[in-house]
Amino acid sequence: MEELDVEPPLTLIPELNSEQKQICFEWGPVEMLVCNTVYKKPEQKEERPGCPFIYVVRKDQDVYSHTLRKLFNESHGIFVGLQKDEKEKVGKSRTAQLVRVSKSYRSVIRACMEDSHQMAVSARDPVMRAQHSTQVSILSAMELIWNLCEIMFIEAAPAGPLLLHLLDWVRLHVCDVDNMVCDVLKSESPAKHENFWNAITIFVLQGRMDEARQLLCKEASANPASISMCKILDELMKKMPVLNLGNTQTLTEIELKWQHWHDECQRFLQDGTFASNPRMETICKILLGDENTILEKKDLMTTWYHFLVTRLLYCHPTVKPMELHLYAQSSLDQFLGGESSPEPLDIILLAAFEFDIHQVIKECSIALSNWWFVAHLTDLLDHCSLLQSHNLYFGSNMREYLLLEYASGLFCHHSLWQLAVDYFDYCPEYGRAYLELHIERIPLDTEHKALKVLRICEQRMMSDQVRSICKIMAMKAVRNNRLGSALSWSIRAKDAAFATLISDRFLKDYCERGTFSDLDLIDNLGSAMLLSDRLTFLGKYREFHRMYGEKQFFPAAKLLLTLMTARIAPSSFWMTLLTDALPLLEQKEVIFSADQTYELMRCLEDVMATKSKNKTLQATGSCVHGGTQTTWPMGHGQAVDGQASRPNTVGAHCVQFASYCFII
Amino acid sequence: MEDVVAKYVSQKVSKTRWRPVPATALQPPEVFATGSWDNEENNISIWSVGDFEGLGLSGEYHGEPHLLCDIQHSGDVMDLQFLDQERIVAASSNGTVTIFKHHQNNETLSVSRKWEKAHHYNPSYSSASCTGIVCNSPEIFTVGEDGKINLFTAERTDAVRTLDNADSSTLHAVTYLRTTEILTVNSIGQLKIWDFRQQGNEPSQIFSLTGERVPLHCVDRHPNQQHIVATGGQDGVLSIWDVRQGSMPASLLKAHEAELWEVHFHPSSPDHLFTCSEDGSLWHWDASMDVSGKKSLLHTGGRSSTFLSHSAVNQSIITPWLSNDPAKDRIETTNLISSPTLSINSLDVLRSCLVYGTDAESIYVKKTLFA
Repeated sequence: MEELDVEPPLTLIPELNSEQKQICFEWGPVEMLVCNTVYKKPEQKEERPGCPFIYVVRKDQDVYSHTLRKLFNESHGIFVGLQKDEKEKVGKSRTAQLVRVSKSYRSVIRACMEDSHQMAVSARDPVMRAQHSTQVSILSAMELIWNLCEIMFIEAAPAGPLLLHLLDWVRLHVCDVDNMVCDVLKSESPAKHENFWNAITIFVLQGRMDEARQLLCKEASANPASISMCKILDELMKKMPVLNLGNTQTLTEIELKWQHWHDECQRFLQDGTFASNPRMETICKILLGDENTILEKKDLMTTWYHFLVTRLLYCHPTVKPMELHLYAQSSLDQFLGGESSPEPLDIILLAAFEFDIHQVIKECSIALSNWWFVAHLTDLLDHCSLLQSHNLYFGSNMREYLLLEYASGLFCHHSLWQLAVDYFDYCPEYGRAYLELHIERIPLDTEHKALKVLRICEQRMMSDQVRSICKIMAMKAVRNNRLGSALSWSIRAKDAAFATLISDRFLKDYCERGTFSDLDLIDNLGSAMLLSDRLTFLGKYREFHRMYGEKQFFPAAKLLLTLMTARIAPSSFWMTLLTDALPLLEQKEVIFSADQTYELMRCLEDVMATKSKNKTLQATGSCVHGGTQTTWPMGHGQAVDGQASRPNTVGAHCVQFASYCFII
Repeated sequence: MEDVVAKYVSQKVSKTRWRPVPATALQPPEVFATGSWDNEENNISIWSVGDFEGLGLSGEYHGEPHLLCDIQHSGDVMDLQFLDQERIVAASSNGTVTIFKHHQNNETLSVSRKWEKAHHYNPSYSSASCTGIVCNSPEIFTVGEDGKINLFTAERTDAVRTLDNADSSTLHAVTYLRTTEILTVNSIGQLKIWDFRQQGNEPSQIFSLTGERVPLHCVDRHPNQQHIVATGGQDGVLSIWDVRQGSMPASLLKAHEAELWEVHFHPSSPDHLFTCSEDGSLWHWDASMDVSGKKSLLHTGGRSSTFLSHSAVNQSIITPWLSNDPAKDRIETTNLISSPTLSINSLDVLRSCLVYGTDAESIYVKKTLFA
């Protein structure tokens, strides 16, 4: 057992008072049932009623969020697309592809964030508004972490481009400046606005030189005295060597240019060019990478990682990925200045700067209230072949473990369970087992839903589950007196035993009513008839009636005989069949040949033999076969009307039957 | 596809239907209704994709469908049909059939009539899912898992006529053949014609797929040539039937890998047909090439259509759907979805607009079908 990383959080269930009554619980797949037992605590003297409710405690609460459903659904498509993508691509195109996937995930997070933001704005209820706002901040933190992971692990940019990506990252996530600039530009004289210099400084801190220079122009035009100073600063900003992604410059070239530019800035600062304007001097100091000056602008940067990136931009523009963590740690320390301790988000980002993927995932799992983030991020990193060495001491690898957790959460949701199926599919070790266990627990309210579940099982050759679903549906149909439906379900499941059971119900109904129900089904059984002997008999017996009704006596007679001689008919039904033979024997035409008649006789003897074996002698006369009174073939009523009375005892049958035989 | 707009709606969409446009109107349809399923609380929602309403709060036009109004619906929405411009009939998995009224002046929905347990099992009277409806105002036919067919009219509180045990298996869908005759499909692969002028509980004709007993899930009739009927089955096969002759389908066209949930002839260009399926694909079947005599392409959209069988049917009227000359009857098929994931449960076509809804909790609108 490993040590606990953090104390597990306490979940308070207000109604359940463990002081008074003992609590019992039962684990579900991702949920837990908790309730009071009848037992009181030993120290408790008087009897007090416990809480009458059973509570369901869920661990993945976010699954039930309305806005996050969009996130789950949209990312599901991206996830499936990623798994299906061929892995042949190597090198750059593969990286580009994975970065594209990563960006799609991020855009989904952003879309969801916007939605939550809209909800927060439009919500009237303050509780709801707070909830949505929290959602927005969580999503924005998720996107921030993801973006950094994308830069560090997926893109894995070398020195040079790395800084450009980090700058973009900061620009994207620290966006207060844009609002500030808007305010400044909207004012009548921007250069006089209180935030004018703040705006320029932020642009500089973020390395957005063009925008900073544009603002600086306003100062130059508003304040003619400072024109020359502005020009010099503007020139410095313009000259700042920038690395372009498309450029083929070597790092040494850049470093050389950088040094040159640095010296120039230094010169201007030392000869007091900006001495008369402390704001411009500050900017010049920032350009020179003066860490203290940069740190003074802490409030403008708002976060330590902004400080880190600014520091890198002006002090170490060609920082190598492996050196990042040094600067990251010291930036964090300097920025916080011992005043406050780092928050979970800071620790996660720090871990990312340290290239410690596992720490990132672990911290995220602890800090976030959902599995969505870690499951998808881990999966993506796994596709970058970054996680292969790591196996857990339980379960499969980390990717699969997290995907299973996430998908299990989805599966317990009344509607999102469909998404989970695909996640299980891509968990090679335990996915199948999880799916089998979960899918049987889906409530099948309608046939439509059952068909969907069935399709999932059939596609994955889960024959046990297919059988079980069909059986459930067949049982439901039987309970609702829908024999036809029940039979179709058992045919679909190829469930011979159940088909036999239902066929017996059909035959029993026939015996009781004298007519077949559900003819549209029985007449069209086709090859499905072969599923069970009883079903074959049902289908064939009905065929006999149909032929008889159509006056095709010869084939009807032959079929009837075959049903007995081939032992398809259940023995309990033979007497009914023999009775059905009577009207055929009565026809003016000779229908049964001599041989066939002998066979009929033999069948009758067989029946009689079994009867006498089973019954006492005295019972022979009164042994009435349950069905004989009403089992005349359909449409035969008129034909036998001429008979004085219908034979209804076995004894009478024998006599009558024998007499027909003799006539022949 | 750039011309398709998507919207995630946080509920699985079981049905999408365009509100009918007046025959005289020239503009494309703008309003559609959707129904959800499998949610704890299901909804009927009305959406607009109109250009003017598309202006968001920020003033920019996204073209995304936006919600006009919605109303709670108890049970899964199994089917949805517009009775007229403002009334929608919904079938519920709890057997209830409801008429909702859409008040367009203040964008609200209300219940205008409700038949509780229109479908139920006997003798327990426990509710049975109502699976399909078809209406021709004021008549409404409903079918259900109980094998029953009901005829309601919008004005009356009780059923005009009920055929108990009309079918021994589950009825999956219903449509009009003629004003007095309806077509139903069931879970054992049968297509039945019912004539409501006649008394009795028997269909006037039964068609079936031979021996296979593959359940049929949807049915639609050619808008102009009433003898041509299309059905979609569990195995993803689209069957075209000629109900004037034979009891077997005139042709079987294989396109989908799983349940074909809905099939629709284009109401005004019936040489075009649309199908959607559990496998997440949506196919556009274009038979107009054949008529115009253009050279048609079999291999568009990545997959070719396979012709499984043709019964020899002599045609007096030339219709590409029943044509039996193998060299001639080519239908161009295009998959309208590039990367399928979850089931497309429903689609509707009107004018040049297509709307469809999925189990991935999203609705899509494509406004330029024939571009």
